[in-house]
Amino acid sequence: MKALRNYLDKIKPQFEKGGRFEKLQSTFDAFETFLFVPDKTTHAGSHIRDAIDLKRTMSIVIIAMIPALLFGIWNTGYQHFLSLGQQADFMQIVGYGLLKVLPIIVVSYAAGLGVEFIFAQYRGHEVNEGYLVSGMLIPLVMPVDIPLWMVAVASIFAVVIGKETFGGTGMNIFNPALLARAFIFFAYPAKITGDTIWTGGLTKGEGVVDGFSGATPLGNAAAGAMDKIPSLYDLFFGFIPGSIGETSKIAIILGAIILIVTGIGSWRIILSGILGGVTMTLIFNAFAVNDYMTLSPLTQIMMGSFLFGMVFMATDPVTASQTNRGKWIYGFLAGFFAIMIRVFNPAYPEGTMLAILLMNAFAPLIDYYVVEANINKRLKRAVTVIKS
Amino acid sequence: MNMPKTITLSKGLNIRLKGEAEKTLRETSALHYALKPTDFTGVFPRMLVKEGDAVQAGTPLFTDKYRDNICFPSPVSGTVAEIKRGDKRVLLEVRIEPDGKNSQLDFGSADPSKLTREEITAKLLKSGLWSLIRQRPYGIIANPDQTPKAIYISAFDTAPLAPDYDFIVNGKGDLFQTGLDALAKLTGSKVYLNIGSNTRAKEFLDSRNVEITTFKGSHPAGNVGIQIHHLSPINKGDIVWFSGVQDVITIGRLFKDGVYNSEIILALAGSEVIKTGYFTTRRGACIGKMTEGNLKEGNVRCISGNVLSGTQIRRDNFTGFYDSMVTVIPEGNYHEFFGWALPGLKKLSFSRSFFSWLTPSRQYTVDTNLHGGERALVMTGQFEQVFPMNIYPMQLIKAALANDIERMEKLGIYEVEPEDLALCEFIDTSKTEIQTIIRDGLELVRKEMS
Repeated sequence: MKALRNYLDKIKPQFEKGGRFEKLQSTFDAFETFLFVPDKTTHAGSHIRDAIDLKRTMSIVIIAMIPALLFGIWNTGYQHFLSLGQQADFMQIVGYGLLKVLPIIVVSYAAGLGVEFIFAQYRGHEVNEGYLVSGMLIPLVMPVDIPLWMVAVASIFAVVIGKETFGGTGMNIFNPALLARAFIFFAYPAKITGDTIWTGGLTKGEGVVDGFSGATPLGNAAAGAMDKIPSLYDLFFGFIPGSIGETSKIAIILGAIILIVTGIGSWRIILSGILGGVTMTLIFNAFAVNDYMTLSPLTQIMMGSFLFGMVFMATDPVTASQTNRGKWIYGFLAGFFAIMIRVFNPAYPEGTMLAILLMNAFAPLIDYYVVEANINKRLKRAVTVIKS
Repeated sequence: MNMPKTITLSKGLNIRLKGEAEKTLRETSALHYALKPTDFTGVFPRMLVKEGDAVQAGTPLFTDKYRDNICFPSPVSGTVAEIKRGDKRVLLEVRIEPDGKNSQLDFGSADPSKLTREEITAKLLKSGLWSLIRQRPYGIIANPDQTPKAIYISAFDTAPLAPDYDFIVNGKGDLFQTGLDALAKLTGSKVYLNIGSNTRAKEFLDSRNVEITTFKGSHPAGNVGIQIHHLSPINKGDIVWFSGVQDVITIGRLFKDGVYNSEIILALAGSEVIKTGYFTTRRGACIGKMTEGNLKEGNVRCISGNVLSGTQIRRDNFTGFYDSMVTVIPEGNYHEFFGWALPGLKKLSFSRSFFSWLTPSRQYTVDTNLHGGERALVMTGQFEQVFPMNIYPMQLIKAALANDIERMEKLGIYEVEPEDLALCEFIDTSKTEIQTIIRDGLELVRKEMS
């Protein structure tokens, strides 16, 4: 480590102002601080600081996504061989999954981080860690047959329009990963809806066995084919077609546990999101006029990306409500609208993405009223004192 | 006597550091003493003495340019050795070399319960000990022309390695009571004495002329600002005063003995101190003698006050006027390979993202490393967990950053001092300098209002 440190110290001046590579200063800094926590000490205020930083925070979120990612890789291969009607061993399944999923991850990171580095250098600040999470979230919410160039365009769109125009990590209004998905959804709807894109190779349709539709549970539900919705067992473990990371509920729950135990994800949002979804479903159950509305709350929550969205997307601290009371309202409404859009919107089988983006837009308003209530309480207190 | 009211605070954090001060009392004298104008928020010093002048304990060294009835007395008798100035001729410290005789100016002893408010005020102003009474909001020295809503004294400290006031007050009950009697005359209403759930000293428990409240909870429950918030929060236009335990004792001595006796007990604590403990010394003492041969090898940082809101001082430098402790911790100017990625069994963190959360009773050696780079505020809902006030800390910090006076007012800036948000700064993932932001915000409001 010493040798590496010495080497970094040796080349560092070249990246500083006036050096040969001063245009790469942010890039150098990003790699240096990735390898070594900086030697900066406190100089004002508290003399000691918590060991946590944004790198640690973001890496915990990534760790929390790993179960969903690993299962997604396996399921990609599994669904592929299922569609072909072939027997395949574990290695073949994982091998195929890796082949399909890894390029999407690489492209997402390369495109997004590339833009982040350019902006950091241009603005003269350090590279923010925010994209480490977005860059992993984007592949997990993509259908596996998505063209790679679309992933690149969507990632760039998410970083430039979604984040940097607002001032970078911490300033954005909409969740960048969701924005990337929404971008593809509205720009190239054919590539992110339908039945064939969820299974690797199904878009081409070669050698597919008869009777394999590739439709997601939500696709079936939207088409009114309630009998084709997989069993709760399959929904829970995730042996179903869907976006790469969304299918296995047990993997997502594992991630949720990591986020909640470490205190990095807001349990308030996750819990209230699920409560919102359950509430909407129960209302549907009570006034059911079609088969979709009769589905049980458990089925609704385990279908599609509902759980994935509530655990990994709605909890984004930047775009969610910032106050604790606001988080309850925000999460509840996100879950509530997700189910409502899913059931009522014929154009799009899943509502989680739109519901969370909608709530992203309303989060500042929710906070405004929560904080205003606190302000009014303070004003009222002052007035009472003056009167008495 | 009826049982004191108890207020329980559920939010907060006790930081367990190594090197708590041992309960032994040693005498020490310092080579120099100094009064540092920088200890007094909002004071513009105007010198009354020159280098070489002979002074007695109690001789005013400088006054506040804008409130010339408030002066600042020499802690010992001797000669003015140096008047040290910094950038732009800012007055940093007035050093006194003691003559060893410790002759004191006589202000006349008196029983405060037999004096009027005016007489007490006059005595405190004349002796310079008015500076021991501070006000909220702003944390500045109180205005003698105003009458405060109440006066608050916190008799316990929950900060990391904080001194035990039960130990400090031991045997000084009489002086403390005399000080309380003097303060009681200054307020139209009450003096609140706030004790911790562990407070046992009869000097506190038997205090008269005060309302005693017990506070139960983690740090910052011992901060007077938090206590005021839960007893009677500060509204716009309210003025309350506060004072420290040793400040009350010093005031008590003035009325008992008629002199400024600057003796205080100072705790020396921290992981880098070889033999920790309590020292009898004077306000503004040079810490050189206390720390000589008593610090571990290596690069260390000496802090007057606690690690969360104290002031960094050099080894040959002086304790702050209001401080009752000196903490010494290691400096953290080193690179750590993959520090953010390690399991972190020995890393102190409020979050449970390091495995150290599995050993909740471990004591830590924490250095001054920032542990990361400064970022925009990303995480939410964390400050609230260590900030036991009905105030939205993140929103208040942002209002202060934006210099938005009206919004700061609405969000409760009058109720806080930087130290109340020190824990927010400690746990902040984005390494924001929250205490500086709050101090700047408070100063902005103060200047706007005056």
